[in-house]
Amino acid sequence: MAQAEAPHVVAPQIGETHDAAGLGRARATAFVLPALVLIGVFLVFPALWTIYLGLTDYRLTGLAAANPQVVGLDNYTTALGDDRFHTSVWLTVEYVAGSAVIGQAILGFFLAWTLRGHRLKALIEGLVLLAWILPGSVVAFLWLALLDRDEGTLNAILHTPGFAWLLDYPMASIIVFNVWRGTAFSMMLYGAALESVPPSHLETARLAGASTFQQLRDVVLPRIRGHVLTNLLLISLWTFNDFTTFQLTKGGPEGRSEILPIYIYNVALSGGRLGFGAAISFLLIVINVVFALAYLRLLRRRST
Amino acid sequence: MRPALAAVAAALLVTSAAAACGSDSGSTDTSVTLKLTANAISGGKNSETADWTKQWVIPQFEAEQKAKGRTVHVLFEPSGVDDEQYKTKIALDLKSRTGADVIDLDGIWVGEFAQAGYIKPLNEVAGPEVDSWEGWSQIPQAVQGLGIFDGKKYGLPQGTDGRVLYFNKDLFAKAGLPADWQPASWQDIITAGQALKKSGVPVPIQINAGTAMGEATTMQGALPLLVGAGQEIYANGKWAGASQAVKDMLAFYHQIYSTGLGDPRLQQEAQGRDKSFADFASGKIGILAEGDYFWRAVIEPKAGVAPMPDRDAKVGFALIPAEQPGKGIRGQDFVSMSGGAVRVLNPYSKNAKLAWELLAFMHSAKATESQLAGQIRITSRQDVNDKVLGSDPMLKFIADKVLPITAFRPPLAVYPQVSTALQEATAEVVSGKTADQAAADYQSKLESLVGGAGNVTG
Repeated sequence: MAQAEAPHVVAPQIGETHDAAGLGRARATAFVLPALVLIGVFLVFPALWTIYLGLTDYRLTGLAAANPQVVGLDNYTTALGDDRFHTSVWLTVEYVAGSAVIGQAILGFFLAWTLRGHRLKALIEGLVLLAWILPGSVVAFLWLALLDRDEGTLNAILHTPGFAWLLDYPMASIIVFNVWRGTAFSMMLYGAALESVPPSHLETARLAGASTFQQLRDVVLPRIRGHVLTNLLLISLWTFNDFTTFQLTKGGPEGRSEILPIYIYNVALSGGRLGFGAAISFLLIVINVVFALAYLRLLRRRST
Repeated sequence: MRPALAAVAAALLVTSAAAACGSDSGSTDTSVTLKLTANAISGGKNSETADWTKQWVIPQFEAEQKAKGRTVHVLFEPSGVDDEQYKTKIALDLKSRTGADVIDLDGIWVGEFAQAGYIKPLNEVAGPEVDSWEGWSQIPQAVQGLGIFDGKKYGLPQGTDGRVLYFNKDLFAKAGLPADWQPASWQDIITAGQALKKSGVPVPIQINAGTAMGEATTMQGALPLLVGAGQEIYANGKWAGASQAVKDMLAFYHQIYSTGLGDPRLQQEAQGRDKSFADFASGKIGILAEGDYFWRAVIEPKAGVAPMPDRDAKVGFALIPAEQPGKGIRGQDFVSMSGGAVRVLNPYSKNAKLAWELLAFMHSAKATESQLAGQIRITSRQDVNDKVLGSDPMLKFIADKVLPITAFRPPLAVYPQVSTALQEATAEVVSGKTADQAAADYQSKLESLVGGAGNVTG
């Protein structure tokens, strides 16, 4: 999206200054060309190719691999009429809303707010950050050990032997997992944002008798609105495309935690239906773009 | 513009020079390099195969070629991932016309790879010497079938396997059941399960179900039961739909998992199959349906994944019975399912004749025997089996009793999807749906997979 934005911002400047770098049109083009070629080859072409594949019955193996047929919009109509796809979209919405928007953003803000100037700040930030920087496979293994039905740590602590968290509450489990894993980013970003709120403003508000809620609403939030939106944009896009939970549940049991990226993997690679998988991927791109546009709109309204 | 062009030209020069160097160094002398790949890696998955390839096949083959006055280098490209991922990798290799010269494949993939044009019949790739190979006469027809598609030989089979019921003799003794147990019908399995349950066994019966276990559900559960109810999944050009046999199979699952004879949760967990291995080894499971892989690689006393030091004394094995005596396919009393891996030639190999020599060498009696030094298994060669299988009662049992009554999966591209539909049907039953409902859902999925109701038998 950043690329689509650029011309709007930059264009007026070029119009005013003509040739600030003194390169001339040809040389400027030559400088940009390698980047454009790279973007074209590695970004635009694959995206267009995905759209094309989505219109075929292309498969990994079998007759349709040797000789894929264009089937038009069949993949899209199949997907849009498929219960498994509907379920998957809905689960993805739950996952993004639950773990990114509500979980990570709110918990991250809460941590950043309460840790301001706290003497344990460095320690707690370090611990939260640890969850973020560990490799995904290591984290997944730790959580399997925590939630295991027979020998899991959690069941041992709660004295609930044999309770199958990942089977009975698969969505809740992966949401909590992702909150745990991803809160660090929101915490760091809000922590930095809160630095930009002048302490004198908060002090004035306190002297005027504002409650904590009023301080947050009237002093802090207007200052960090841009940070909040940027944070939400980033974490919801990441979470939308997150694949780490595959290592916890593989989308199971019976597809009850099959969010879209896992659905695509299961359909396209395990099931070999590359054409259908490409169609779903395209739908995922569309959803991502809609999300991003909505956020950017909010951001722009702030800046004007 | 000029500087940019120069830069691009320079970049091109550098890369093409690098490419030229790369190809030059490979062909400076008259030696030939062959590549060999398998989903095996030392210290990990199928470690024995990887070690055998590196320590025996490569030095021996290179020495043999040297004696003929040829310098041949063989490179082994190991891999240690899930079968599906390996399959994807090989498919992409062959699609882009690269990859190893000799490739390890699961026999069940031969059909879809052949249909996709990724592999070609052996004699088309390497010429008529394929047909005159001495080994063909040693490989039973049924085992050769693993590498055959549309009547043409695409690969050399490495061996085969069979499915049986394993049982824990200690738990059986406690429940008052015989140590030489052999059920004659599905009801006998249920009866034994009930006795085990009464004596306090937590999981009396484990028949794989659900999608988490993948092909293990189909191969160890759904298909052996289906042939036991008298129907093959694919016969005479049609797939088995919501037939009586399919409903019986699902009803048997329902009986086990709705009455506490099996653990439904184990079928849903992502690591359910590994857990079932551990549970059997630690005496929590009474009866378990598995292939001979379980005996030689899972509960194997030393190198197993879930080793049982007293395996030979503690673990019994029995044939899988038909629903009732005589009700199995071909009127059999007992049934099984078999599969096995094959090795194929890469049709885009630059040294196809030599690759065939390597392939044939790997399937010679000498090579097959040397492979067994690490791990006894049922090979594809009758002459070798006769020599070695006597030393392991279980594998002799498979070779003598199971292979004559076994059945194979159809080597068609659509099979993996049908297999998934079967797994989903068993999953529905395990999570509480009735057999009839699950069978109806399965039928509608199947029709959309195989091109309509015309290709499905009711």
